[in-house]
Amino acid sequence: MILRALFQIGILLLLPPLLLGVVNRVKAIVAGRRGPPLLQGYYDLAKLLRKGSVYSRTTTWVFRAGPVVGLAAVATAGTMLPVAGQPAIFSFSGDFVLFAYLLALARFATALAALDTGSSFEGMGAAREVSFASMAEPALFLCLVVLARATGSLSLSGMLGPGLAPAWSGAAPALLLSAIALFVVALAENSRIPVDDPSTHLELTMIHEVMVLDHSGPDLAFILYGASIKFFLFGALFVRLVLDLRVQGIWGAEAAFVAGLVGFAVLVGLVESFMARLRLNRVPQMLVGASVLSVFALVLLLR
Amino acid sequence: MRSLADMAFILVVVLDLFVLASSRLGAAIRAVALQGALLSLLALLLASSGHNMGHVLIVAGGAFAIKAVLIPWLMFRAIREMAIRREMEPLVGYVPSMILGGVGVVLAFAFSRGLPLPMPEMHTFLVPTALATVWTGLLLVVSRRKAVTQVLGFLVLENGVFVFGLLLTDFMPVMVEAGVLLDLLAAVFVMGIVMFQINREFSSLDTDAMSSLKD
Repeated sequence: MILRALFQIGILLLLPPLLLGVVNRVKAIVAGRRGPPLLQGYYDLAKLLRKGSVYSRTTTWVFRAGPVVGLAAVATAGTMLPVAGQPAIFSFSGDFVLFAYLLALARFATALAALDTGSSFEGMGAAREVSFASMAEPALFLCLVVLARATGSLSLSGMLGPGLAPAWSGAAPALLLSAIALFVVALAENSRIPVDDPSTHLELTMIHEVMVLDHSGPDLAFILYGASIKFFLFGALFVRLVLDLRVQGIWGAEAAFVAGLVGFAVLVGLVESFMARLRLNRVPQMLVGASVLSVFALVLLLR
Repeated sequence: MRSLADMAFILVVVLDLFVLASSRLGAAIRAVALQGALLSLLALLLASSGHNMGHVLIVAGGAFAIKAVLIPWLMFRAIREMAIRREMEPLVGYVPSMILGGVGVVLAFAFSRGLPLPMPEMHTFLVPTALATVWTGLLLVVSRRKAVTQVLGFLVLENGVFVFGLLLTDFMPVMVEAGVLLDLLAAVFVMGIVMFQINREFSSLDTDAMSSLKD
């Protein structure tokens, strides 16, 4: 029991930077480059944590609190997510609402920190991030409601627990539709390519990156680490939804789960390699499409 | 067999929503072609042992040849000849039309249970899919400005009617079925000629140009 809890915390805290490394490696291979090492994320974090921070004189405590609150909120959300089909560390009825709003809190803190710098450029980025998030949130909630309805449970541990396999045999079309919607939401929430390009620093196209331009040193490390944990969280949701983890063996489910996460990272890398970034005014369309798909899934379940 | 038919019906509805959302004509034509192919597959999947197999095969084969191969080929030819790629901003924007389409789908699935049907349904998704597809086609015909997309809307609408016709496959003589498919082909031909004329007259396919009077 304690071993499982330690494993859950360990995988939540240690695995995320590796996943982003896998995404970058896949992109590099498709583009014919060798790419950075898989562990580059950890090197970057170690380097940033050793540096000092520079604060502009116009910023206040809000700017300093942003990265800390963001990382703390995302990590707390992670403790509610069941890993590898095991119940989560914290679980209560209705915890999926808290999960979604802890992610929103992290975004709120980052956006406030961006506004606090007084730079109109960062304000623009915050406005974009928040307006896209407001369209991704209904889609995420509808996906979770579909899961709750299909499994008859109101906590994330129950939704993604043993009730999922019978739900797949009973309502496969609805769950498949919500899995597609969830993947779109995952791409948008993590500012991956069809929505935002994480590798560019071209001014007019950035959404998420532009908000963190003024952060440096350990603050930037917290932000990068928080972003990778968020990627892990959405990956874990998606992998658990589409992968049947009833594998034999003591650590079989855990191994299958980690393999599924790496597969998710490869999938995201392939999407990034083969798709162009959408025009800004097409992004809401994609997110509304995801919401409509999950509404359709819900209707299929309810009738 | 059953779950395959489920998936096919749901894919038909998802393609409806995709056509509503896509601004690229090529992608929309491909989606409508795929929808036609799915319909012919559905005709085969829904046939039970009580059906006349030859009849079912003729309906499915005819639908595939005309809806999935011939008409899309004609449409691709049309957009190549007139060198158009994209729909212009429609009267009802993409996001609102997708939401309207979603509302139509929800209403169709919520209320189709209450409809009095002359015979028992062959599949629970049949009637709602037909209604949702007809509604999508209607939306496309009314809200788009390029003549090509309006023709696509007409095709989607006809696909919806075809799904409804699957309910009656046993009772509809082959000649009626063949007549409907031929009508469709003739209609697309006529519309192609009309599109060509519109294009020559206004050097664009915007049908709004036809509503402004000239001396």
